[in-house]
Amino acid sequence: MVPFSEVIFVTKKQKKNLVRIIIAAVLMTGLLFVPIENKWLKLVLYMIPYLTVGYDILMKAFKGIKNLQPFDECFLMAVATIGAIAIGIIGDGDFVEAVAVMLFYQIGEWFQSYAVGRSRKNIAALMDIRPDYANIEKDGGELEQVDPDEVEVGTVIVVQPGEKIPIDGIVTEGESALNTGALTGESLPRDVMVGDEVISGCINLNGLLKVRTTKEFGESTVSKILDLVENAGSQKSRSENFISKFARIYTPAVVCGALALAVVPSLLTGEWATWIYRALTFLVISCPCALVISIPLSFFAGIGGASKEGILVKGSNYLEVLSKTKTIVFDKTGTLTKGVFEVTAVHPELVDENTLLHLAAHVERYSTHPIANSLKLAYPNENDGCHVYRAENIAGQGVKALVNSNTVCVGNEKMMKEIGAEIQKCPHEHTGTVIHVARNGKYIGHIVISDVVKPTAKQALKELKKSGIQKTVMLTGDSKKTAGHVAGELCIDEVHSELLPEDKVREVEKILAEKSGITAFVGDGINDAPVLSRADIGIAMGALGSDAAIEAADIVLMDDDPMKIAKAIGISRKCLRIVNENIWFSIGIKIVCLVLGALGIANMWTAIFADVGVMVLAVLNAVRALFVKNL
Amino acid sequence: MKKSYKIEVDCANCANKMENAANKTEGVKKAVVNFMTLKMTVEFEDGYDAKEVMQNVLKNCKKVEDDCEIYLK
Repeated sequence: MVPFSEVIFVTKKQKKNLVRIIIAAVLMTGLLFVPIENKWLKLVLYMIPYLTVGYDILMKAFKGIKNLQPFDECFLMAVATIGAIAIGIIGDGDFVEAVAVMLFYQIGEWFQSYAVGRSRKNIAALMDIRPDYANIEKDGGELEQVDPDEVEVGTVIVVQPGEKIPIDGIVTEGESALNTGALTGESLPRDVMVGDEVISGCINLNGLLKVRTTKEFGESTVSKILDLVENAGSQKSRSENFISKFARIYTPAVVCGALALAVVPSLLTGEWATWIYRALTFLVISCPCALVISIPLSFFAGIGGASKEGILVKGSNYLEVLSKTKTIVFDKTGTLTKGVFEVTAVHPELVDENTLLHLAAHVERYSTHPIANSLKLAYPNENDGCHVYRAENIAGQGVKALVNSNTVCVGNEKMMKEIGAEIQKCPHEHTGTVIHVARNGKYIGHIVISDVVKPTAKQALKELKKSGIQKTVMLTGDSKKTAGHVAGELCIDEVHSELLPEDKVREVEKILAEKSGITAFVGDGINDAPVLSRADIGIAMGALGSDAAIEAADIVLMDDDPMKIAKAIGISRKCLRIVNENIWFSIGIKIVCLVLGALGIANMWTAIFADVGVMVLAVLNAVRALFVKNL
Repeated sequence: MKKSYKIEVDCANCANKMENAANKTEGVKKAVVNFMTLKMTVEFEDGYDAKEVMQNVLKNCKKVEDDCEIYLK
């Protein structure tokens, strides 16, 4: 729970205005119970709460007229309330209405500024990832705090438990768990040890780490993200542009309407007081604030909510476009699959599984090929007592080596043919690369290595389909067989395989040319920056560290979970739904009230409740866009 | 050239008015005011001094919305 004082107290100005509102409210209520016969005394007494709560509005209205910018809310309020007072003086001496209108208007304003302030604060909490200093160890072993901006690449910095990692780098000493929550929205800590890359903005949880920086502060992840978040929203959405245009013509139009309402019927009927009163009511209703504030606030809340989930949106226009996405194009490697090759099947002949992996790992000991790495990973303690020597790389075939004086060959079909070993066809051939192993010229089995589909990929695609995405497409540079297998497993509608990076742009352009609705492209930012910028919406995944992706994409997912794509779309849809609700709700109620006011059914009390009430409801509705946890 | 400035303004409509005023100022190619982040991003025309232009932007903004502030660095 947030302490009460913090809920109420936001800024000095708000505090002052709240006090003014309370004083005026108390005075006004008090005056209601005091019978005053003299009209003029009554006027003077009611002027006290009126001026207490409304003096700044009157001043602003006056300045507006002086600067030839008369049509704003303050002007509307000033004219309406002064008009009401004038009618009170001429007529029955009722000044409560004028004070109440000003009072409720100010309550509305206060509430609005409070809601906006809260949302700003929420976003500011995300900005909390900015590191203030970096520790550098001096000769004596003392730590010195320096500005992260001044740390040169290659410097060793010290990160104590509880501190933020200020600059991207590689761990040279120590091990610890990192909280990446501020960056990815992921609550599970990540373990790091010597040799691991660490990303700025993460919080070091328990161990002391020494990190050799690999980037300058300005180029580090945390700076990039801050930059992105701070500049989000400078791209305005169509809804926002619509509202600002609307507000520009709306206020003058209503003022002219009010003027006509005051003059024309009065000339015809001669009932000046009635029609002027109706015109004033008209003015009170006409304030466009509900619209003008709630639309940007909805987008802001939506973007803020998304960033809490590790989804960075570069502007409200992208949120708007994303909500209308019909086709999603995926890059395969690194997006739907892990992009890391793993041993997925071991099929031994004559020997057991362990022996097969054991021998293969030995032979690959000195190789740095990705396949060698995955074989070594599958058999962790490779460097045992076995004697491995005379390792020999045979280009286009594989590796040959002596293991405890047995000749072991690890390679492709061609290699097996060469040495005369009879291979066994693999039933899983289509899923990846098959590595055959022979000992002393005799075939002893094969190992399948493939890129593994991310565990959440299937569910993510299902969710996307359920949320109304019409078509899913996968692009990949891989072979047709492998691509087909992955697409089949994930139920993807269309696959294009064996593509070079530039072919991917062409494929996306082809899909765009079909004009079958908004097309989004999801990639991991490696090799696909041009595609990211070409698609209607570019979504970069797991972009921590990939600068090109952050720059080219419109939406950046901080971690590489495909479920976040579905979530991003969910957030955008919710946000846009709220925006539309607010537009139609605000305009609708206003029009109804304007008509009722013109007909004399709604009086000024109804008018002010309509104005402030709609605004409060619209703002509350807008803030709803911030809650995205369960989407 | 593009620069962003911190601003202080009370209502969203006033922010829109500031944006219009800034856009009408000589030397400004495009100005965008973001009410939620309280920031004004100004793209200047070539050959104009950002500092001088911003003085005029501030003056024009004050004209349309008295109660606003642009923090010129």
